[in-house]
Amino acid sequence: MKVKVISRSTDEFTRERSQDLQRVFRNFDPTLRTQEKAVEYVRALNAAKLDKIFARPFIGAMDGHRDSIKCMAKNPSYLKGIFSGSDDGDIRLWDIASRRTVCQFPGHQGAVQGLTVSTDGSILVSCGSDCTVRLWNVPGATLAVSDNLSDNSAKALAVYVWKNAFRAVDHQWDGDLFATAGAQVDIWNHNRSQPVNTFDWGTDTTISVRFNPGEPNILATSANDRSITLYDLRMSSPARKVIMRTKANSIAWNPMEPLNFTVANEDCNCYSYDARKLDEAKCVHKDHVSAVMDIDFSPTGREFVTGSYDRTVRIFQYNGGHSREIYHTKRMQRVFCVKYSSDASYVISGSDDTNLRLWKAKASEQLGVVLPREKKKHEYLEAVKNRYKHLPEVKRIVRHRHLPKPIYKAANLRRTMIEAERRKEQRRKAHSAPGSVVTESIRKRRIIKEVE
Amino acid sequence: MGAKEENGDGEMDQTVKKYLRGEAANLEGLQDKKLKGQLAIREELYGKSAKAAAKIEKWLLPSEGGYLEAEGIEKTWRIKQESIAREVDILSLRNQYDIILPELGPYTLDFTPNGRYMAAAGRKGHLAVVDMKTLSLIKEIQVRETVRDVVYLHNELFFAAAQKKYPYIYNRDGTELHCLKEHGAVSRLQFLKNHFLLASINKLGQLHYQDVTMGEMVGNYRTGSGRTDAMQVNPFNGVVALGHSSGTVTMWKPTSAAPLVKMLCHPGPVSSLAFHPNGHLMATSGKEKKIKIWDLRKFEVIQTLSGHAKTLNFSQKGLLAAGTGSFVQILGDFSGSQNYSRYMSHSISKGYQVGKVLFRPYEDVLGIGHSMGWSSILIPGSGEPNFDSWVANPFETSKQRREKEVHSLLDKLPPETIMLDPTKVGTVRPARKKEKKPTKEEREAEMEAAVEAAKDTDIKKKTKGRNKPSKRAQRRKEIIDRAKRPFLEHRVEEQETFRKKHKTNMETEMPKSLQRFVRQKAT
Repeated sequence: MKVKVISRSTDEFTRERSQDLQRVFRNFDPTLRTQEKAVEYVRALNAAKLDKIFARPFIGAMDGHRDSIKCMAKNPSYLKGIFSGSDDGDIRLWDIASRRTVCQFPGHQGAVQGLTVSTDGSILVSCGSDCTVRLWNVPGATLAVSDNLSDNSAKALAVYVWKNAFRAVDHQWDGDLFATAGAQVDIWNHNRSQPVNTFDWGTDTTISVRFNPGEPNILATSANDRSITLYDLRMSSPARKVIMRTKANSIAWNPMEPLNFTVANEDCNCYSYDARKLDEAKCVHKDHVSAVMDIDFSPTGREFVTGSYDRTVRIFQYNGGHSREIYHTKRMQRVFCVKYSSDASYVISGSDDTNLRLWKAKASEQLGVVLPREKKKHEYLEAVKNRYKHLPEVKRIVRHRHLPKPIYKAANLRRTMIEAERRKEQRRKAHSAPGSVVTESIRKRRIIKEVE
Repeated sequence: MGAKEENGDGEMDQTVKKYLRGEAANLEGLQDKKLKGQLAIREELYGKSAKAAAKIEKWLLPSEGGYLEAEGIEKTWRIKQESIAREVDILSLRNQYDIILPELGPYTLDFTPNGRYMAAAGRKGHLAVVDMKTLSLIKEIQVRETVRDVVYLHNELFFAAAQKKYPYIYNRDGTELHCLKEHGAVSRLQFLKNHFLLASINKLGQLHYQDVTMGEMVGNYRTGSGRTDAMQVNPFNGVVALGHSSGTVTMWKPTSAAPLVKMLCHPGPVSSLAFHPNGHLMATSGKEKKIKIWDLRKFEVIQTLSGHAKTLNFSQKGLLAAGTGSFVQILGDFSGSQNYSRYMSHSISKGYQVGKVLFRPYEDVLGIGHSMGWSSILIPGSGEPNFDSWVANPFETSKQRREKEVHSLLDKLPPETIMLDPTKVGTVRPARKKEKKPTKEEREAEMEAAVEAAKDTDIKKKTKGRNKPSKRAQRRKEIIDRAKRPFLEHRVEEQETFRKKHKTNMETEMPKSLQRFVRQKAT
């Protein structure tokens, strides 16, 4: 007869020395673990609750400006710094880690309307309502954070005066051209004191301009006549234009999918478009209750942050119809500009109350060095929470956000109004000849026409 | 080479199926394209992880299971423990022993989930905790009362003993921690690991569920079937099954006063029951000398074996041990078709009555509690050779034990999660289809059809002068009336309900001039 009995020798299954790690053996057989789904559900519930306990998104405010902050710029080659410009002409470079001003750039006589940094991070371009474009040298990374007594201030590299006030500026990726928006769109070179090229399609002021990160020659602008225009620098005439029902305050290209861009619109929604097909929005992002003032994409291309006139900052998924997160504070007034930091961990918002605020992109994220085991645990909890987040108990906890009362009421009001319109439309449709009343999808409804 | 690969693939397919845990979702009916895309990606990931788990099972598991193969004409069930002892290594021989304690009554045992510690209780009050790795006695106490059952709680530090009047919870050092007065005189105790619930059945037939973390009584139900000794927990879904003296087996969950399932298993009292670890098989034995194997998904008998069994137990690998008198029989299912046949047998000295058989987890050992103490014999192929450190670790250190306790408390399931099919958690309840009420025409048609059918029945021709034509006509009329009756009753019921709903006040029926004479209903 052949016999074998299980016999485990202790030294094979325990550690040799006390400084070794304990040995772990895995057997993934489902029969060893009973009621897996219920255990996962309980873990998902606990993960949702822990998420809420650790959700402290506000890190700090950067104090220093004396007037409301209208524009911000990220330095593409230096992670820790951010530029901000305010309504009294004050431009500052901040060190995000210590939340202090590194350097000031005095010079503008009126409000600073736009800021941008060249791709190599050496030149800062600013434009203002005093009809000037100023170029500045960005101080090196080794510049120490200043004390309160003597602020470092830099002198302008160049000042170019032009015909009319400017509203926005953006620098080309990997090039040395930058574009300003004002009465018309001007393309400038660093060394020339006059624009190299001018685009003028339409009769109204252009309020924002953005270069495409993937195609350095394409830029998108939005104007006061509710249009969004795409220009190609290689052709001397504009490429395409789409006219919407309300004007777009700001545009952002998706850095991972440079074909798509999202506009922040005056009618409280954001619209994502595919640049090749402008007759229909790819996605409508609804959640704000007042005009959306600024929008910026995360470097992962999967999320974007918006700041709105209703004093909140929201973070959306790139293809999600509703926001995944909302940030608000009693002290934060109208948010005019937002930026997503280049390491996808922070969101910076500049608002009417002269402060820049630093927030975490994921509210319950653990900052600092995360050990591999901790990271695995966080990933597991995130995954198990996502698996069960549609069940009522878990959903209630995951979805819960405290909203300030005015926003809560405004959102309810908007909902009732939209619901009432929808119901009327449905009834009209039901009581008229089939096919005579055609409902347009919301993705098309807000577009008036596309012009070639 | 090709055929071998195919065979290998067939095995891999089986294991992959095991790890897939059910069928893939049917995505055909989805209209939402975004959701469809996301779910398709998920399903692909599940497939990949199942394949990876199957590969790990094939190549990376450290130990292999035990086996016993007979050569030539010898049969496995004739092989005695002594012959096994001659072939097996010395370390395993230590697991084969008899402990004779004749004065302290029939012994019952329980193992911790990792198989490392054993609690033994003699009927006359002897409680002992033994470390099975070193075979050393950790603590023994004499409680000077009848002890009917002993069960470990979540780890080796706590065990509960069902004593004469109430169950008590003891520490590993023998300190009495709690006296559970609400349970009463308990005859059997069971512990539900995932829920931290201590279930007990007492002499009056009351089932109690107590949460041992916070001490609250979760459920307290009268089974209505009197005293019983057969109680088991189904490890797959956490339901407690009781075998009653009427031959029925009832299954209970802590959140309902009525049993989930009541099945008639035996014509006589049920002596014992046992659950297979996969949750689909149940073995019951009755006093009429039959052991039945049930499929719990269909509640049907798969196999009936003949033989007494005072105690039954399934091992981790699916071997069934049945003990009766001084004889223990082990049955195994080797062809994979759920057909249990004799595998091994063991008889202890005559006069020793087997009280309880229990397989030791993760070892090829069967513990037998009998009237003169307890024994342990080797059953190759009964235990799971590869343990998972995070489920049950036989080589646990005290630090690991503490961590595991904290984690299992965090993962403690609420009692509402106990249900017959535990995979239903997180799924969508199927919408109940509303039964369409048959319309009037349909009901008339049904009545007509019933009358036709009644007319078709043959009336038995009676003899001896009882076959008068008038009687025959009367009988035919009776049959037709009987066929019509349910429809007419239904119609009358409907009219009654209609009348009650639309009962108008006499006041409004009368003309205006007479309304002041209408009798007012006493309010």
